[in-house]
Amino acid sequence: MDKLILGQYIPGDSFIHRMDPRSKLISAVWFIVLIFMASTWWTYGMLVAVVLFATVLSSIPLKFYLNSLKPLAFLLLITVVFQLMFSQGETVLFELGWVSITQEGLINAVKIILRFVLIVIMSTILTLTTTPLEIADGIESLLKPLKKLKVPVQEIALILSISLRFVPTLMQETEKIMNAQRARGVDFSSGSLIQRMKKVVPLLIPLFISSIDRADQLAVAMTARGYRGGDSRTKLRQLTWTKLDTTVMLVFLALTFGLGIGRYLF
Amino acid sequence: MEIQFKNVNYTYQPDTPFENKVLHDINFTIEHGSYTAIVGHTGSGKSTLLQHLNALKVPTTGSVWLGDYEVNASKKQKALNDIRKEVGVVFQFPEAQLFEETIGKDIAFGPQNFGATEEEALRLAREILPVVGLDESFMDKSPFDLSGGQMRRVAIAGVLVMKPSVLVLDEPTAGLDPKGQLEMMDLFNRLHEEEGITIILVTHQMEDVGKYADNMIVLDAGRVVDQGAPKQVFKNQKWLQSIQLDVPQTVEFANLLAEKKQWEVERLPMTLTELADGIVRRLEAEKQVNGHG
Ligand SMILES: Nc1ncnc2c1ncn2[C@@H]1O[C@H](COP(=O)(O)OP(=O)(O)OP(=O)(O)O)[C@@H](O)[C@H]1O
Ligand SMILES: [Mg+2]
Repeated sequence: MDKLILGQYIPGDSFIHRMDPRSKLISAVWFIVLIFMASTWWTYGMLVAVVLFATVLSSIPLKFYLNSLKPLAFLLLITVVFQLMFSQGETVLFELGWVSITQEGLINAVKIILRFVLIVIMSTILTLTTTPLEIADGIESLLKPLKKLKVPVQEIALILSISLRFVPTLMQETEKIMNAQRARGVDFSSGSLIQRMKKVVPLLIPLFISSIDRADQLAVAMTARGYRGGDSRTKLRQLTWTKLDTTVMLVFLALTFGLGIGRYLF
Repeated sequence: MEIQFKNVNYTYQPDTPFENKVLHDINFTIEHGSYTAIVGHTGSGKSTLLQHLNALKVPTTGSVWLGDYEVNASKKQKALNDIRKEVGVVFQFPEAQLFEETIGKDIAFGPQNFGATEEEALRLAREILPVVGLDESFMDKSPFDLSGGQMRRVAIAGVLVMKPSVLVLDEPTAGLDPKGQLEMMDLFNRLHEEEGITIILVTHQMEDVGKYADNMIVLDAGRVVDQGAPKQVFKNQKWLQSIQLDVPQTVEFANLLAEKKQWEVERLPMTLTELADGIVRRLEAEKQVNGHG
């Protein structure tokens, strides 16, 4: 349980921590779009520089970013192997039976790794420097225009923040129940696939029951405190867009122009 | 089986910004057949310590000896099932562990994991029900139709059915009604006295400590700050209060009598009977003095 880093906020007071969650969300999405615009090596170089700069600005040890890549290493490996084996090209570097590795294949593989790593690190910057609740608030605020189309934005946001709020609780609960069943002789880490699936039953049923109980209690508690949805609700946590956020947006705008112009010129 | 902690430290999420050192240099020995109470303010690390008693947690540094099996960080853990069969743990609010369709099957879950056949396990389950104060008619009921107190009993039965020689209890009576609490504590005491089971009890109920335990370990902020016989530990009421702990009401009463009325009755009565006896003795002594004078 202790190793899960995705969605693990690390407190701090860096530039990135201080950014408005909305501008962080926009930046992350924008950056992903930019990655797919990149084509030449110098454009990749620029994006790598942006990510490196952002990780430094976040003042979070590099170790955490590397950790976030670990669970995806296998996926990455498979993609690269496929890319190497099945892409066509003219300059053959290496041949073995029906497999031939071409220079084009190799270049494509490196580019895929780069894109992948950049995307993961950028989203990790977002999740490491922003609390889940801030992210939920940010999403709510960004989705607000959809209200005109009768999308229940507030309800969606409520569902989102309640779910996020209960992720750690659920993990604690899971650990507790796992411990209790281990004490009754269950070894969750051994056995064939089918055996292991069977072992999940004594874990899932108590989790289900306690989650339903908890949802019930939460509903009662919210009703008792007079919760009503709708526009009249005010916010405890106000989002504030500062100069810093505007600056970041301008930087991204400049980057986009740079990359766009680069595409035509080279 | 004797249990020994040697320089045990435990840290949650080490090497992260969330690093949380919860146990500091813990040393103690729990003798075979003893009744040990572990007390401490909330958050002092009791539940964390308990999880070391059946190798659910491995000390970050130091080692835990369970009989002649050593648990430490540098060793690959094997034979854990032998340990877990020997040391039964009832966690805080154990009713959360119930999952089977029927109470019988739920209780039989443990023995089956330790190699009993289904038939044998169900027989054991049937036998254990009356021990926790439920009759056989409960075998085929759903555990989720029970009251909280009854669920607690079923969960405890699910641990007792494995016939552990060490029984570890994390606040087993929290949230039960007074009668239920008394019945539970009596049950554990019976197991201790009649079957010689080693009991390790975490509790906030100092009366229970005084009444049942022969050994006591006091935790404060993850350190063992005192250990010994309850009669010894309870001598220092002021100090215990300074770490948010209490003495049994009987001790407090006797201390008040001594302080307010200069009445020296039995100084550390662990039970109501001891207190009453002390007061009777004191009254009789006074009568004799008065009678002569
Ligand atoms: N899974 C965990 N991850 C990180 N910290 C934890 C975890 N579980 C407990 N802690 C911390 O360890 C400390 C000791 O917790 P523990 O549950 O052992 O206390 P306790 O003495 O059993 O308290 P209580 O009397 O309330 O049951 C607490 O400060 C708690 O915040
Ligand atoms: Mg506890």
